[in-house]
Amino acid sequence: MAIDDSLAIDIENMGFRYAGNSDLFISGLNLQVHKGERFGLFGPNGAGKTTLISLMTGLLSVNEGHIKLFGREVGRQDTAVNKLFGFVPQDFSFYQELSPVENLEFFGAWSGLDKQTIKQRTDELLHILGLEEVRDKQVQKFSGGMKRRVNLAIGVIHKPQILFLDEPTVGVDVQTRHAIIKYLLELNKNGTTLIYTSHQLSEAEGLCEQVALIDNGKIIAHNDLDKLLKDYHEDSLEHLFLNLTGKDYRNDV
Amino acid sequence: MFKLWATILKDLRVLWRDKPGITLMFAMPIMLVIVVTNIQNSTFQLVSKNKLPILISNNDTGQAGKQLISTINKIGMFKVLPVAGNQSSKAMSVAMHAKDAMLGMIIPANFSVKVQAKSKNIAGKALKSFGLDADTLKQAVDVDPLTLYYSPVLQEPLRLSVEGAVRSALQLVESRETLRSLYFSINEKPLPETLENEMLNNKTAINEIPVSREGARINPNATQHNVPAWTIFAMFFVIMSLGGNVVREKVSGSFVRLKTLPTNYVVAVLSKQITYLGVTILQAVVIFSIGIWLFPLMDLPGLSLPSDIPALFVLVVITGWCAVSYSICVGVFSETQEQVNGFGAISIVILSAIGGLMVPSFAMQGFFKSAADFSPMHWSLQAFYTLFLEGGKLKDIFNNLLLLFIITILLQFLTFLGLKRKNLI
Repeated sequence: MAIDDSLAIDIENMGFRYAGNSDLFISGLNLQVHKGERFGLFGPNGAGKTTLISLMTGLLSVNEGHIKLFGREVGRQDTAVNKLFGFVPQDFSFYQELSPVENLEFFGAWSGLDKQTIKQRTDELLHILGLEEVRDKQVQKFSGGMKRRVNLAIGVIHKPQILFLDEPTVGVDVQTRHAIIKYLLELNKNGTTLIYTSHQLSEAEGLCEQVALIDNGKIIAHNDLDKLLKDYHEDSLEHLFLNLTGKDYRNDV
Repeated sequence: MFKLWATILKDLRVLWRDKPGITLMFAMPIMLVIVVTNIQNSTFQLVSKNKLPILISNNDTGQAGKQLISTINKIGMFKVLPVAGNQSSKAMSVAMHAKDAMLGMIIPANFSVKVQAKSKNIAGKALKSFGLDADTLKQAVDVDPLTLYYSPVLQEPLRLSVEGAVRSALQLVESRETLRSLYFSINEKPLPETLENEMLNNKTAINEIPVSREGARINPNATQHNVPAWTIFAMFFVIMSLGGNVVREKVSGSFVRLKTLPTNYVVAVLSKQITYLGVTILQAVVIFSIGIWLFPLMDLPGLSLPSDIPALFVLVVITGWCAVSYSICVGVFSETQEQVNGFGAISIVILSAIGGLMVPSFAMQGFFKSAADFSPMHWSLQAFYTLFLEGGKLKDIFNNLLLLFIITILLQFLTFLGLKRKNLI
């Protein structure tokens, strides 16, 4: 089968079950994301967003089918694939005892960068994300917004081709949200494919061009955002979301 | 190599900022070694220098009671505090509390009369057995017992040595009376004092030589015993920082990110081993330095390092590596900080107890004696004692090192299985 080199992510007939469960949580899932896209993945709590991102980043392993990033199969055996993407988890994924510079030095080394590149990227990122003044202060003393920026800086230090963002702006003020979104758009302009998931649907409307809605481990809609809104006669992503996933409470146990 | 160096640097920075962890790893064992050595040294000095206070209520009006007190005084182990005669048990107990004495003794009223009668009788029997005329009683004379009171706080070995000392003083008083009676019966004049002293005073010296290897002479004391023991304890106590560090990293978001990066988690495990091995070596250096330089300033015996320093270094490294491996293993299998702290602290205390750090393992019985073999601290302590107390060399501790190494490899293997099971490597 010919490899479509325009694809950043290619998921084919993918199935996944949680350990101890006989039933597949995700079954026969197909999804393609093209290079340079700003792709939003949305769904209610427990729908499978985090599971799907964990599968795409190799944190979980598929039971059926495959996931490819730029034609390379995701899995712990091939560490080269891990150089292709960056990950900005929802939780603060760094050492709170360390300063931004110290965190970037460490995660830069683990991302496979050399000392010189780490220094150069650290200076660049701290400048872009407005963290220069606090570069040597312990992160645990930072506000939530500053921590979000450190979280993002670590995820992009190695200039990944795909960036996975799991609620990157949760709990931040308007200024920080604006700065983060602006930076993400700039990254995308320079060729980085963005995979974004959030419950901030109004924010997502401004960022994402392609959207997929997931529920109960299945993609229930996937298309260009404008086209989806038109097809379902909705005026916003939030209304589209409620239309497709219902208004009942979701208990994610 | 750069990744490993960056990880070690990160671990050092995290460790340096973990002040409670550093306090637990350094300050606590240092306090323990100082306090325990001081206490054990005081116990030793209580017997050899400080003297145990003993209240004596002498109800006897004759010479034997006075001689007994004088002999007890001469033993050098006791500080005799006379109290009025006719003390009841309750009065003696009150007096012991009031004077802070752990021992009390009541000499019965007719002690001299009974001792003399008993001695005369024994002397008479002796003369008769020589074929000479002598008066003997048909019935043996029993001296009324001395009553020895002791505080329950007094430990069994010390109480037994007190009892032995009093018994030997009593023996001397009775022997003197028997000798005098015998001499008077034969010569019809009192035994000359010089001859009495010559006959009774034990002049044969006892040379005490600690068993050592290759003729090395190292005097065992509280320092030589305690410094190695608490150094091992300190090394294993790194679990409080390292085990917590492993769990903290696992449950924090940083771990999720680490798993997505193109570097194997083995690098993180290796870095922790190197960093904390350095910590354990530093602990040993600090505690040994305290033993060598600080203890003499505190009137404690100074620590004498073994002659085979390379062997000591190898032992410190292997013990440290074993302690670090144990900490990482517990950290990998624990899910929460509470689990690692609780299990870590309790398991270290149990391993040190069965390993002989608190009570010598040779004094243990049955199950616990066999259980000692499963404690790495036991093998380490034995090796430290071989070097510190017996003047041993590397070849003398080779088997212990080998066993520690095997335990370490087993712990590493368990850690590997734990990481594999959790899909971390």
